[in-house]
Amino acid sequence: MLSILGGLGFLILWKLVVVVGGYPPFILPPPEVVASRLVTAWTSGQIGPHAWATLVEVALGFGAGAALGLVAGYGLGRSSIVARVVSPYLVAAQATPILALAPVLALWFGPGLLSKVVIAALIVFFPVAVSAMVGIRSVDLGLLELGRSLRATRRQILLTLEIPAALPSIFGGLRIGITLAVVGAIVGEWAGAERGLGVLVNIARGSLFDIPLMFATLVTIAAFGVVLYVVVVLVERRLVRAR
Amino acid sequence: MSATARGRIELADLSLSFPRRDAARLPVLDAINLTVGGGEIVTLIGPNGCGKSSLLRVVAGLIPPDSGSARLDEQPIVDPDPRIGLVFQEPRLLPWRSVAANVGYPLELAGVQGVERAERVSGALHRVGLTAAADSLPAQLSGGMRQRAALARALVREPDVLLLDEPFSALDSMTRDRFNVELLALWERLRTTIVVVTHSIPEAIFLGHRVVVLSSRPGHVVADIDVPLASPRTLDELDAAVVSATAREIRAHLETDAA
Repeated sequence: MLSILGGLGFLILWKLVVVVGGYPPFILPPPEVVASRLVTAWTSGQIGPHAWATLVEVALGFGAGAALGLVAGYGLGRSSIVARVVSPYLVAAQATPILALAPVLALWFGPGLLSKVVIAALIVFFPVAVSAMVGIRSVDLGLLELGRSLRATRRQILLTLEIPAALPSIFGGLRIGITLAVVGAIVGEWAGAERGLGVLVNIARGSLFDIPLMFATLVTIAAFGVVLYVVVVLVERRLVRAR
Repeated sequence: MSATARGRIELADLSLSFPRRDAARLPVLDAINLTVGGGEIVTLIGPNGCGKSSLLRVVAGLIPPDSGSARLDEQPIVDPDPRIGLVFQEPRLLPWRSVAANVGYPLELAGVQGVERAERVSGALHRVGLTAAADSLPAQLSGGMRQRAALARALVREPDVLLLDEPFSALDSMTRDRFNVELLALWERLRTTIVVVTHSIPEAIFLGHRVVVLSSRPGHVVADIDVPLASPRTLDELDAAVVSATAREIRAHLETDAA
């Protein structure tokens, strides 16, 4: 309810800025123009293929990055040797701006799907790995001893103690990760691609000079981020309740 | 207590040390010789850091001794054994699980499923008076009820031996008294061997058929005192003269050691 009110407020403010500031549509189109352009862009099939391409990149990149992040986070959390050897490289990789890395990765992995998936996965990896590490380390040592006293196997300890205890922390990382996956996919598209919402932003701004379309694309990107985030939150609720 | 009762623990020349930062090891237990008969209740008392809890962990199969042996019914204890139920100082419940799911946890790990698990869980909950709280989460319970749940979890596999590591130390004294009475009532029905670590002399006397006094580190047995009280016991008996005499004897051993 509050978020709907906030959204309305944002639209009113946007309209006000356009009217009061007297900006022409090619600088800042008013919300109703963007809204109608959004509808026509979808109905005419102009945006659909681009949106689908980005969605696939985000999904695959998030999946790969989160999976690798979870495995790495587990290793980091369980073994101090792994943590000491790997952490510096992990931090260095994270500290290098993805914008600077993207052209290199595009060069290596080509202009197709793979380079976007790699970039998105790379950017998702770090928060998920760190949150999984923190989560695994947060497991009560007393519970681990209890598990040992009950002859729990390695696998049982993982499934009944470590994962449930780490779950809230892991989902903190996944929530950050899913929004970053969208960023990663768009950045990857900017570094070179034939299709995708990032490409469409560039086309709308450049060859088409269709600024309302550019804004409609931005709205689509933002909506993707919100919807995917909500999906992660819903999955989290289910899993946390199911432990 | 017949000699054939199950749950007989024999510790022979048992020594234990822990690694330290320097090369030397920290001696914790020194040549412990102790036999607990099947169905007997023995309380272990001693100063802080005397290795009482470590001794319990050796019996539970969690720590291997440096030398000597620990045996349960003639078999050496080499790793945790389902015939032994362990209750820690803290409840150690899985906070995301209901009480019933916590109590069923040992059965779940052992692959006991379905109706059998449910029945044994409700039996164990009934024994400790927690039936009504079966679906509660640990955070919704009082400290005493949480420790009851931990006790039910230890009972659910119907062990021959119960090891309790200062199980009531976090509870207020009235709850603690009631717990001790209930523990003895439970013993009257189950006749399991019980070893309780405590640092309360009255508790040691009230619960134990024998009170074993350990020295400060490295712990060794300095006294093994029979408690001259018949079962079933009542809290009123703690005021009896024989109890005072036993308490004085225990205190004397503890103080001699401290001197």
